[in-house]
Amino acid sequence: MSVTNGNGNGAVKAAERPTGAAMKLTAKDFKSDQEVRWCPGCGDYAILSAVQGFMPSLGIPRERIVFISGIGCSSRFPYYMNTYGMHSIHGRAPAIASGLSVSRPDLSVWVITGDGDALSIGGNHLIHALRRNVNLKILLFNNQIYGLTKGQYSPTSELGKITKSTPMGSVDYPFNPVSVALGAEASFVARSIDSDRRHLTEVLTAAANHKGSAFIEIYQNCNIFNDGAFDLLKEPDSRDDNQIRLRHGEPIRFGAAGGRGVRLTGEGRAELVDVAEVGEDALLRHDAHRQDPSLAFMLSRLSHGADGPTPIGVFRDVERPVYDELLAGQLERATAKQGEGDLDKLLHSGDTWELT
Amino acid sequence: MTKPVQVLDRVIIRFAGDSGDGMQLTGDRFTSETAAFGNDLSTLPDFPAEIRAPAGSLPGVSGFQLHFADHDILTPGDAPNVLVAMNPAALKVNLRDLPKGGSLIVNTDAFTSRNLEKAGYTADPLHDGSLTDYQVHAIPLTTLTLEALKDVEISKKEAERAKNMFALGLMSWLYSRPIEGTVAFLEKKFAARPVLAKANVAAFKAGYHFGETTEAFSVSYEIKPAKLPPGTYRRISGNLALSYGLLAASRLSGLPLFLGAYPITPASDILHEMSKHKNFGARTFQAEDEIAAVGAALGASFGGSLAVCTSSGPGIALKAETMGLAVALELPLMVVDIQRGGPSTGLPTKTEQSDLLQVMFGRNGEAPIPVLAAATPADCFHTAIEAARIALTYRTPVVVLTDGYLANGSEPWRIPSLDELDEIPVEFATEPNHEDEYWPYLRDPETLARPWALPGTPGLEHRIGGLEKADGTGNISYDPENHDKMVHLRAAKVAGIARDLPPLQVDDQEGARLLVLGWGSTYGPIGAAVRQVRARGGKVAQAHLRHLNPFPPNTGEVLSRYDRVLVPEMNMGQLRKLLRAEFLVDVAGYNRVRGLPFKADELAAAIEPHLEELGDGEDDGAGLTALTEGANHR
Repeated sequence: MSVTNGNGNGAVKAAERPTGAAMKLTAKDFKSDQEVRWCPGCGDYAILSAVQGFMPSLGIPRERIVFISGIGCSSRFPYYMNTYGMHSIHGRAPAIASGLSVSRPDLSVWVITGDGDALSIGGNHLIHALRRNVNLKILLFNNQIYGLTKGQYSPTSELGKITKSTPMGSVDYPFNPVSVALGAEASFVARSIDSDRRHLTEVLTAAANHKGSAFIEIYQNCNIFNDGAFDLLKEPDSRDDNQIRLRHGEPIRFGAAGGRGVRLTGEGRAELVDVAEVGEDALLRHDAHRQDPSLAFMLSRLSHGADGPTPIGVFRDVERPVYDELLAGQLERATAKQGEGDLDKLLHSGDTWELT
Repeated sequence: MTKPVQVLDRVIIRFAGDSGDGMQLTGDRFTSETAAFGNDLSTLPDFPAEIRAPAGSLPGVSGFQLHFADHDILTPGDAPNVLVAMNPAALKVNLRDLPKGGSLIVNTDAFTSRNLEKAGYTADPLHDGSLTDYQVHAIPLTTLTLEALKDVEISKKEAERAKNMFALGLMSWLYSRPIEGTVAFLEKKFAARPVLAKANVAAFKAGYHFGETTEAFSVSYEIKPAKLPPGTYRRISGNLALSYGLLAASRLSGLPLFLGAYPITPASDILHEMSKHKNFGARTFQAEDEIAAVGAALGASFGGSLAVCTSSGPGIALKAETMGLAVALELPLMVVDIQRGGPSTGLPTKTEQSDLLQVMFGRNGEAPIPVLAAATPADCFHTAIEAARIALTYRTPVVVLTDGYLANGSEPWRIPSLDELDEIPVEFATEPNHEDEYWPYLRDPETLARPWALPGTPGLEHRIGGLEKADGTGNISYDPENHDKMVHLRAAKVAGIARDLPPLQVDDQEGARLLVLGWGSTYGPIGAAVRQVRARGGKVAQAHLRHLNPFPPNTGEVLSRYDRVLVPEMNMGQLRKLLRAEFLVDVAGYNRVRGLPFKADELAAAIEPHLEELGDGEDDGAGLTALTEGANHR
């Protein structure tokens, strides 16, 4: 549980102090003294508030929590959390966080990233962290735009989108982040919405309880450069018809009074149906713990960027060996088998000879 | 019937064959026998970038050169005295390096019309008189091997593959090498298939006995053991020495080792080696790319590991941004660059010193990083420890430069006792350092290093990042004066390391007006060249830099002592440029980029004109009888 120590310091002892005080933490304890500098009205405020509010429920002392981010509006996040944190460089947060998590299994490591940071410049690190199942909780704030660089299209912007760099409309086909994560062998994949604090908290809690990599796409409104991108899922008059709330073990229903639902077609596709027409028994029952990711993938294909009825919630939550633990296990086994490393013996290994 | 034994002071042998002929193994075993015998030695493996180029082709030739002697030597030798060529392609590629009168041992069985054609020979060189200047020993190695193994139940193909062991046996007899080590080695290597062990040992011994009985060789040779400082020795390559140095630094600092790496020639062997030592608490992380490798290391450093990443030039280029982040974060990080031929993919298996300016300056912004370079294979051990000391003491990324020649070359190494190695004290922050707050950028007034508070330490929660930070608090700051101050502080911190460095030592000579200054793997060839020049009466001083940023504190003073400074480098003059910029000294250069280490003869020839211009040329030949390395005197 503890990092090996440098000569003559007390860091480990400090880290192993009783953590009773941690249990009494409140959201306020997670607020840093830094002035929050996002644009007024930005969806990031709501996410920050939800995360700060949810942190005390983890029962983990502040000093064991680390937030690591890349570059972008969302990546300012660590400055506002009164935990350990690093605001790193564009796209690299999953790689940096992997090194920290793997070498310090006693820490709770969170990655804050955005659609450009995670899916464009840092795409490679994201998919490999998920594949390895490093013990990271990755929150991707998806606003479907580059905000910090003032309004270019992102890898999740819809086709045809007019932006500063696409005056005639984007010809770049966008990613579906949940599909990407599932395709990258992620063991936990979820989606939530910035303004739905309750739902977001539920999803964050499920992610925190998951062992290994957890990926959460959070639809986040950029009120300056892409305002209203997720209104279909947020506005009172449309949200019921467009939020498909996934709940493990329950038939997938949505719409006013649950009148609509999801069923599987014969050709391996999920489709939206009227419950009255097909009957309740025809509906797909959501199974987040299913090892095979195909069903979760089918659900992820129901929408492509909140362009219609869109599933939110936990798509997938399965157990798979965690990289950090596998590596730690190898260290333990090697030590059990070969004994604690003996440097003198190592230097003298192989053929040696004496000169007098 | 005992043949006469002739005593030599030194020999250079080159084994050359197809990539599939096992030449590296053959050379390696001969080296081990030679080390066990007590000679000083230096080796140079030279292999193609292709794993298996087409058999018998020129690009598929793999070579291994070994220089061994009864005295201390500095290089793997300029030109071989003996060339073992296992096929026509190996002969074609290597013959130009063999001086007239040199010995040539060829496997005649491989000189088929097809192989001759693949090597581009229109006539068989064994019969067209083109080899009359050499002492040719034409031996049907394959046939003799098959004959020796006719009673061993293995396939003909497997039997043929043992021909390298037959050649090794023959060479072992010719140079009076002990053979027990190789027999034991083969038995262990092929333990899973005893019949192969039997075959290889039989081929090896058959080669040895063939030497004794054949009339092809009328004498054998002996090279007496060298007189080296007393101690326990082993043979070590640069990559192995570097790996051991990292493990030692981990022990000396008390920090767990974390190595992030992505496979790249010629650095991968360090990743392989480190992954074997998990019982030392060493974590190895084979990342998805070069950027992730250094990123993961930096993350581990944030958590309190001794963080390392190992790579080569193309990989270092990709790590530049993260190295800049490490400069801003002021966290310890070791970046090891095993240089190879460039630009771009360049010459992956060949050596070069052309990354010095890349690691000095290849980052955005003012991002100074200390740079060290190892001089010999064994020196990689101590250089790694020294780099760790600087990184940990000054909370800074550090670059260690070696190169393909050091990485794969080997030499005898007197194994240090652990008491010879100094501890590397590391203190983590445990308490607030500014009233009741923790300021991550409140510096040590002496070293200018910032405190290092590990996640997990209560009360010291803090955030760091790549944005400019306010001096002291570490909060984001866009203030112009603060930025200017921080840029100067970071520069002063790195420059201040010079106070902590040993002075540059000069191997001076009374009256010398020329200083030959080197860095990195040119240490051996420069030293051998200086010996040659001095033996001919030339007056020359020699010095070698381990610390390239900052330079040792007396560097400018040393340079000013000489009328002329010559810097030989396997690049276009990168250190020369730095010295000129830093010290306003009109440094001369000798620059070749052939992918191969310098030859002593070549450097001696490059030094001579400078002496002549200075009027310090050869005198009446005093000292001509002294040992000179590189000159062929067999």
